[in-house]
Amino acid sequence: MREKYLPLIATITVFVALFAIGGLLYNNFLSTLVLGDILADNAFIIIAAIGTTFVIISGGIDLSIGSMIGFVGVVIANLDPLGWHPLASAALMLAFGLGFGALQGFIIEYCDIQPFIVTLAGLFLLRGACFMVNLDSVPIRHPFVAAFADASIPLPGGGFLASSAMVMLASLAAAIVIAHFTKFGTNVYAIGGDRASAGLMGVPIRRTMVSIYALGGLYSALGGVIYAFYTSSGYPLAGTGNELNAIASVVLGGTLLTGGIGMVGGTLFGGMILGLIATLINFNGSLNGAWIMICSGALLFLFIVLQRSLVGSLRSRSTA
Amino acid sequence: MATTTQAPLAAQLRSRWQSLASHRAIWPILALALIFTVDGVVSPGFFSIRIVEGRLFGNLIDILYRAMPTAIVALGMAVVIGTRGVDLSVGSIIAICGAVIAWRIHAGDPHALVLLEVLGVGLVCGLWNGFLVAVLDIQPIIATLILMVSGRGIGLMINLIYGGTNPSFISPLLQLLSVGHIGLIPARLILCAALFAALWLLIRRTALGLFLESVGGNARAASIAGVDARLIKFAAYLICGWCAAWAGVVLTADTHTSDPVSEGLYIELDAILAVVIGGGSLAGGRIYLGMTLLGALVIQTLTTSILTSGLPPEYNLVVKAVVVFAVLLLQSNNLRRDIGSAFRRSTS
Repeated sequence: MREKYLPLIATITVFVALFAIGGLLYNNFLSTLVLGDILADNAFIIIAAIGTTFVIISGGIDLSIGSMIGFVGVVIANLDPLGWHPLASAALMLAFGLGFGALQGFIIEYCDIQPFIVTLAGLFLLRGACFMVNLDSVPIRHPFVAAFADASIPLPGGGFLASSAMVMLASLAAAIVIAHFTKFGTNVYAIGGDRASAGLMGVPIRRTMVSIYALGGLYSALGGVIYAFYTSSGYPLAGTGNELNAIASVVLGGTLLTGGIGMVGGTLFGGMILGLIATLINFNGSLNGAWIMICSGALLFLFIVLQRSLVGSLRSRSTA
Repeated sequence: MATTTQAPLAAQLRSRWQSLASHRAIWPILALALIFTVDGVVSPGFFSIRIVEGRLFGNLIDILYRAMPTAIVALGMAVVIGTRGVDLSVGSIIAICGAVIAWRIHAGDPHALVLLEVLGVGLVCGLWNGFLVAVLDIQPIIATLILMVSGRGIGLMINLIYGGTNPSFISPLLQLLSVGHIGLIPARLILCAALFAALWLLIRRTALGLFLESVGGNARAASIAGVDARLIKFAAYLICGWCAAWAGVVLTADTHTSDPVSEGLYIELDAILAVVIGGGSLAGGRIYLGMTLLGALVIQTLTTSILTSGLPPEYNLVVKAVVVFAVLLLQSNNLRRDIGSAFRRSTS
């Protein structure tokens, strides 16, 4: 089953190639400093995208990620003046994310409504909830958050591994264990591959689907916590449009949107590729934000076409 | 004895109720009626319409006026959703169209030509989406995500060609289409009605509608029956891009500015919502143009009502989400069946 790793290898190759191009174009680009920055800046997106990877492998989609990130930050920031410790409010919001995701999964499964529409309503609901809590950007003044934002491990070569990047790597490790070493993970792949067969083989479909969306909600809430801690504030418009970045990270990471095929590890590199494009364009200085959008779109196109041809060749081989 | 006379009555009521509840127009109309009732109670002058300086004024006119961009986009979206697709890129197409309008007007093209050019741009965008979906066989959500991600960037680039970030322009022709009036009636209402009529004729009076719905219902069966599914999907995305271009004209001429970052933001979500509220299933196979317009009106009525009722505008999104959930749950067959069986158990 070497083909399974082909999309992952393609993703890593593109990442390394882009990084090397950066190194050729700009002095000091090939450093752990740049790498550490990309990891820290994109940690929250990658965390949310890890949860989305499960949802997409199961054949679904989750559009509520960006609003979840915003809502979590707003609540944490508004609980801060009330004397809540940031970790306590973070724990509360993680539980909320888990519950909200489970509710979405339940509606999708029980009422048999397309995940696209249910999570779209979730997007509206959470973003509206942000506006209802507070319309202003609220700083988080608790010393713990400042300490968290400053905490880092020095890397060889002058770079730093920021605390947000560490949380991201830890949650990635947990996700890899869940995806590849638990029964639940196997069930996710089975449902994404062929839902009807999975049901006939005795996979508890409804329970697994609810758990998948709960996991997605948990990870996007964690992304929100990290974003709030990293920026030391809660802003009701934070995370707008991030669901698309997360989905794009998953696609660039080699997960097929038809479900059943993909790896959580690839999402890390998918998210880093998007971060790398933004960094490259910022390094140039004369190019503007429009290029980030266009390049991300072009790369997305390339990857999807690549995946299509790959799947086509796999299918023709299996039928032959 | 009582049970024997009760049973047919209950059955009769139930069948009457079922035939009423199963009519697709009932839920959106009920939703609209409910919102209007609340409006009438909360703000008594809500329904008054008066004529000021030869124009109609009033909340109802305002709702119609503001719903038009979403309604125009939703018409195209209904066609795409009917083929079991979805087009996320309509907001970005609007941004590109806005940039093209400002650019060509600055370049000195006649304004009628600009209109043709911008509609052509919409068709090109539709062609691109259609190519990805029909030829490369990519899932519609993802295929149109590509243009959605990059489209606003393209709009910004077009603006940068001749220097401005958000260039403004003056065009009597385009502004007539957007904010002008023909007699008493806002021109954009007439535009939307014309688009609706054209699409209705195309879909209900030619075989195209049948082909579109058959491709959405069962693409394999349709192609075995001799329908060229690729060509039909192409047509759907072309129609959607074309409608988005018209919405782009209306929105851009309204502000006389090309603002690619925020123009038409989230309109794809409202348009999809309008189709779903109108009873169109994302699983494809059905195109309800009139119901889609009704769906767009429900969304705008909700927004306007929240604003006029004195609730803070922050509640807008939450109320919208709650309504969406309610409509979805009502349309869910599983839930209806379970409630129905619970009802039957309690009556028997």
